[in-house]
Amino acid sequence: MIFNGKQRIWSEYQKEIPDDHYFYVRSCIRQNFFPASEKTFLDIVQNRLGLDFFETEHHTTCGGIAYHSDSIPQETLMTIVARQFALMTDAGYKNYVASCITSFGIYTETLETWRHYPELETKVRESLWKATKREFNKPEYLAHASDVIYKLRDRIATASVNRLVNKKTGEPLKVVEHIGCHYSKMFPSKGVGGAEYPYVLTGMIEAWGGEIIDYPERRHCCGFGFRQYLVKANRGYSLSNTHKKFESMKPFKPDMIITNCPGCPYFLDRWQYVISEMEGKTYGENSQGIPVFTYEEVAGLVLGYDPWDLGLQIHQTGVEPLLDKMGIIYNKADKYKL
Amino acid sequence: MGKLFDKLMEDYRFKEGLNACINCGTCTAICPAAEFYKYDPRSITNTVQNKDDAEIEALLKSETIWYCGECMSCITRCPRNNAPGLIIMALRNLSQELGFFIDAEKGRQQYVLNKVLCGNILNFGYCVYPRTFLYKDHPESGTTGKWIEDNLEAIHNRLGSNLDGSGVGILRKIPQEDLDELKTIFDVTGATARLDLIEKLSLKKADELGFTQEEYIEHIFTITEIDHYQH
Ligand code: SF4
Ligand code: SF4
Repeated sequence: MIFNGKQRIWSEYQKEIPDDHYFYVRSCIRQNFFPASEKTFLDIVQNRLGLDFFETEHHTTCGGIAYHSDSIPQETLMTIVARQFALMTDAGYKNYVASCITSFGIYTETLETWRHYPELETKVRESLWKATKREFNKPEYLAHASDVIYKLRDRIATASVNRLVNKKTGEPLKVVEHIGCHYSKMFPSKGVGGAEYPYVLTGMIEAWGGEIIDYPERRHCCGFGFRQYLVKANRGYSLSNTHKKFESMKPFKPDMIITNCPGCPYFLDRWQYVISEMEGKTYGENSQGIPVFTYEEVAGLVLGYDPWDLGLQIHQTGVEPLLDKMGIIYNKADKYKL
Repeated sequence: MGKLFDKLMEDYRFKEGLNACINCGTCTAICPAAEFYKYDPRSITNTVQNKDDAEIEALLKSETIWYCGECMSCITRCPRNNAPGLIIMALRNLSQELGFFIDAEKGRQQYVLNKVLCGNILNFGYCVYPRTFLYKDHPESGTTGKWIEDNLEAIHNRLGSNLDGSGVGILRKIPQEDLDELKTIFDVTGATARLDLIEKLSLKKADELGFTQEEYIEHIFTITEIDHYQH
């Protein structure tokens, strides 16, 4: 096949993603803010598609948020990572999949740094042995969980109950895709489609009937900035960067936002609320916000999961405008039922 | 070659992040921090490549090294394979190792970050943990954030979490034996020593300012007294 233009550039960044048999590690941020997304992910791959995704209770944080807040040294981080790899080795797996984008970046950075500086890998192996008497093999394949859903996007489309189409007009929904910075900005060849034209979410949206919006600040950071959000005195940084993105996407009238990082949807969701409280400004239709989703939530909607089983009630920016456009039937009274 | 430059070169992130900067300014043009703070990754990269110890020391004591958000967008765009974001990580590391962070308002914030993040890691095995992520510290989490805090267990139960439960699952209780391993890793790899050093210097600073430990933590978490911003 002959590829031209962007298609050609994307084809240079085709990542190998194994079909099955993964060691699965959770995301601290996703568990805190979008717990049902992890539940949905495992339900899709394990129960609906019958794939092997193994989890052990003994895995922990990768330490990534502390590392990027400069609270722990690089060697500490890498030794925690090495311990996770040891758990994978003990469980007999070779494919490693992370739910978190910060973690995915951390694992990639660790493996790439060891490749450039083998003496550092030796040092980390010694530290891990000294601290825990553990040994490990490196994963043969490293994936982010969104890579897996990307790989499965056509199977999900085949099983779909709903499509990313405006049920009234028949038009594709206009979707902003936001890729977490640490997915591929540091190591472009490790992400589907690279850093400038990442295809991981675009591929899902196209397969499920939607249309991607290309807007000027598409690649701008959501504004997390680690210490710039975590310390209250710095939060203006985070808010200002999210604001910049919304101002840039507004003229394109997005129906929804999809993200692959667990942190970005939190900021894109919550800062819309803050902007509306502070400035009285909203970015969606009818003085509402633009609903923001994780890719697991979008996959779940497409497959016909109940919106409140997907955890959409714990978003601050209402998701109903999108549900209505897709023609999804939901029970309003159940939203806050516990 | 300067002593501080040599120290920086011991950091793998610095070795990876510094090639030859041509001062093109691309990093600054796309940097989210440079638009918000008085911050210029181009000049930081240029300063360190000049290897002048006095200038590097001034950087290590400055506010400017604390402005970066570590988004790493600069890595993708730099035409000469520099990584200002990685250079910043090495500078922040050395600033803490040498105790210079205490001279900067933004540097002093490391104490509260350490307390929260390393506290969560060592006590619970998570970087972020719902019982320490409080609405009062995060009012931007909105009315939903308040509802979640008030109904934490019921909401996690509704959504299929295993909050503080045994076995696998979302927000499960991580076994003590695993937390013990994390603590040993901290001890063996220098994190514990670093946390202790920062605590010692921070408590000394609190004392100088006439604050109790709690007052100091509240102060560095919430107060900005310097003009850090682009206008
Ligand atoms: S990593 Fe830091 S210097 Fe680089 S673009 Fe992001 S905020 Fe700017
Ligand atoms: S983009 Fe690279 S070469 Fe250009 S100023 Fe920044 S670090 Fe230097």
